[in-house]
Amino acid sequence: MREEMRDRGRQDGLSPKQGEGGGEMAFGNGDGQKSGQKGIVPILLIAVGVLFFLVMLVLPLVEVIYRSLKDGLESYMNAVTAENTIAALKVTLIAAVIALAVNTFFGLCASWLLTKFEFPGKHVLSVLIDIPFSISPVIAGLAYIMTFGRMGWATPIVEQINEWLGTDISLVFSIPGVVLATIFVTFPFVSRELIPVMQAQGSKEEEAAVMLGARGLTIFRKVTFPHIKWALLYGIILCAARAFGEFGAVYAVSKARGKTFTLPLEIDALYMAGSADSITQAFAVSSLLVALAIIILILKQIVEYCGKDNR
Amino acid sequence: MRKNTWTRKLAVAALLACTVLVTGCGSGEKKKDSDTIQMTNVSYDPTREFYASYNKIFADYYKEKTGKKVEITQSHGGSGSQARSVLEGNEADVVTLALAHDITLIEDQGLIEEGWLDEFEGNSSPYTSTIVFLVRKGNEKGIKDWEDLTKSGVDVITPDPKSSGGACWNFLAAWEYADRKFGGDEAKIKEFEGDLYKNVLVMDSGARGATTTFVENGQGDVLIAWENEALLTLKEYPDDYELVTPSVSIKAEPSVAIVDENAKKNGTEEVAKEYLQYLYSEDAQKLIGENFYRPSNQDILKTFGETFDLSVEMCTIDDFGGWDQAYEDYFADDKIFDEIYSK
Amino acid sequence: MKNRQRRTRRASVIPGFGLTMGVVVAMLSLLILIPLASILAYSFRMSPGEFWELVTRPNVLQAFATSIGCAFAAAVVNCVFGLILAWILVRYDFFGKRLIDAMIELPFALPTAVAGITLSRMYSDQGAMGKFLARLGIEASYTKVGIVIALIFVGIPFVVRAIQPVLEKLPKEYEEAGMMLGASPFYVFRRVLLPELMPPLLTGFGLALARGIGEYGSVIYISGNSEREGTQVVSYVIMQKLNSGSVDYEGAAAIALVLLLISFFLLLLINVNQIAAGRRAK
Repeated sequence: MREEMRDRGRQDGLSPKQGEGGGEMAFGNGDGQKSGQKGIVPILLIAVGVLFFLVMLVLPLVEVIYRSLKDGLESYMNAVTAENTIAALKVTLIAAVIALAVNTFFGLCASWLLTKFEFPGKHVLSVLIDIPFSISPVIAGLAYIMTFGRMGWATPIVEQINEWLGTDISLVFSIPGVVLATIFVTFPFVSRELIPVMQAQGSKEEEAAVMLGARGLTIFRKVTFPHIKWALLYGIILCAARAFGEFGAVYAVSKARGKTFTLPLEIDALYMAGSADSITQAFAVSSLLVALAIIILILKQIVEYCGKDNR
Repeated sequence: MRKNTWTRKLAVAALLACTVLVTGCGSGEKKKDSDTIQMTNVSYDPTREFYASYNKIFADYYKEKTGKKVEITQSHGGSGSQARSVLEGNEADVVTLALAHDITLIEDQGLIEEGWLDEFEGNSSPYTSTIVFLVRKGNEKGIKDWEDLTKSGVDVITPDPKSSGGACWNFLAAWEYADRKFGGDEAKIKEFEGDLYKNVLVMDSGARGATTTFVENGQGDVLIAWENEALLTLKEYPDDYELVTPSVSIKAEPSVAIVDENAKKNGTEEVAKEYLQYLYSEDAQKLIGENFYRPSNQDILKTFGETFDLSVEMCTIDDFGGWDQAYEDYFADDKIFDEIYSK
Repeated sequence: MKNRQRRTRRASVIPGFGLTMGVVVAMLSLLILIPLASILAYSFRMSPGEFWELVTRPNVLQAFATSIGCAFAAAVVNCVFGLILAWILVRYDFFGKRLIDAMIELPFALPTAVAGITLSRMYSDQGAMGKFLARLGIEASYTKVGIVIALIFVGIPFVVRAIQPVLEKLPKEYEEAGMMLGASPFYVFRRVLLPELMPPLLTGFGLALARGIGEYGSVIYISGNSEREGTQVVSYVIMQKLNSGSVDYEGAAAIALVLLLISFFLLLLINVNQIAAGRRAK
């Protein structure tokens, strides 16, 4: 699949164009053979890369799975089907789905704004959007509490709105709070995937469409969307992965186990319960999250693969 | 004209954004079931098992007494951060925290009415605990008392007093021991504490983290721990650890209180009071003992004579002028702890 | 410059400026900026003198030094291995390549607390990796080495994913031509590839650094949090302010504000770097 990517690169004029059949041979490399894949250097590099991967990423995973199965399959199943775990799974999914919807909508708007127009303050805006990427989850949680918590300055406003609407929505220590915190930490994920693609695409096609008299939404649907749909899906998947795993920010606004706990919080609760059994259960629930993550990452691979086929 | 459409679009866009947000948040609306009473108990880490069992016996008792069903949501975490969450809007009907001070924090914000300390028996502490040592089987370093923790070559695990309220008690218990030993010579006491904290190998952020470091990760020779936590660890790993009770320790009184403002709002005042009162019943006191807290009922405490070392001399936080004073004197920035630790 | 002017003029044809601007500004303000502004507001409750005294306290300064230093070290390590990983994923075929490619983002998805707990055990002197390192005379858990390991774990996807797309677009004929001309692989790497890969490498480095400086969950279990050993990170000091006997919101907000400013400037630098790279590519 990478070859296809590179082939597209060639056609885009990044490298000398090659003939249909013969040109390919002239370089002496079929698609199966990669450049310089002989000699000691590639083998060394692969060895180093794979070793790093095994030690840094696979070993912690093996540890999680090993410890989750320490007490046998039955207690593993008990842990992952426990009432609290199921409740936490539900909250996690609700929060992730809403965060995805909001961030996708935002990501589309932001990438359109930042790639199709020039305006003063554009770079600052783009940096502001990226802030949640690098912010400490501790700060994210603190910021929400200071704004929407009982002592927060925005709380009277929220209460006023509740009064008008006749509702009783609280933005902290409740599911909406969890959703907001999740949105916060995953905010730039979609826009960040879209912006480079839309930048590379340029605006010529959209401009042509405008000249032909097309309306905004039609242009987006017919012209822009086909180019960015795979990048969009990729961003959504990344966003989902991050949403499932968020701990710090959600921890600040969610305290009720079995009600507003997400999976990472449930894991923490089990681990902190401190008995040998509950620690094993904590790892069992972690393995659930790992499985979720792996499913998502495999999905991501499929999306990448399809994306390269269909373009 | 052009500008006009521009602003209109801007308004539409802002509205659209808000709609997305509101629909996003609307899903979390609370459902209130009329025939079951919902109640939240905000507690701290080591009480998980106890309240899981207690909530069951209380629900049975309450059903029998009033015919109403009660469902209790538990919340656990570090005691200080749990108290903070109540200040920040976590709608607890009752709090059952590690230290009276954490409840005072909530009282200061007006959520709990004054005089809560006398609302229930024994300073509103249905159970107490104390500070002990947990050592590895065989006790190779021969740890018997506080003094042994200052010897070179002994690795101590205790949490950070500047981040964990419970860890302050470890410091104060050692202080009390040194105070008695040196007859109040503050320079010597400080030196003693300095030597002790020099031996601290890992300073976790909280009591649970410290236990994990000692038990799961196998660090250190001795863990300064709450008695209930140490006994729980002993139950889990009877062949790996031993409990050492020092000659002098400090009596910790985890306190309970009704969060009046929330309870009034949720209409749970009556059940909340019943919930905390029932902690003093015979059944609950037995359950407390089984979960390694010292029951406040002296008769029942005596039946657990095999579990607890009842001979230990205990000072209380009042000997340090109450918690607020103690915190100010010992743990605030640049005060005694900083002084002995950064030396 | 000319290019840019043309773009401005052209861009005005495309509809949706007002709409997207409105949505972006409204959502950004509501969700991100207003909450963050609260931090600013809280820290302004202190007088400038108090603020300065707090953020220059030895333990706070030390925490900043630890966070920045360890995040920097981790980002450097990640750049080296991230480059190698991206390179072998793009240029070579080997067994398990797909799997590696799929799993690079795992640290995003794994809750940081799980990562922290797992790593602290693995690298303590009782754990698998810890025993091995102990034989080499390296203590990992409860030292700065441990912090760096945790930060390598959380930072690696940033670097790999920054480099990969650029490398994919870079034709392999570049380095082949160099090789044919008889240059050593190292020379080709330094003179031909590195200049091309520098902008994404810097982006990845910056993102990993920014993330590492603020990291909390994965670090606190492995760091030991000792003021004396200098293993307290900034996020930990913020939590200390909040969870200690006196809940100190102002102090926490003040330190958070400094941390926020650091991330903002790092992101700004990354952005400038990307813009510069974009211009060069044109």
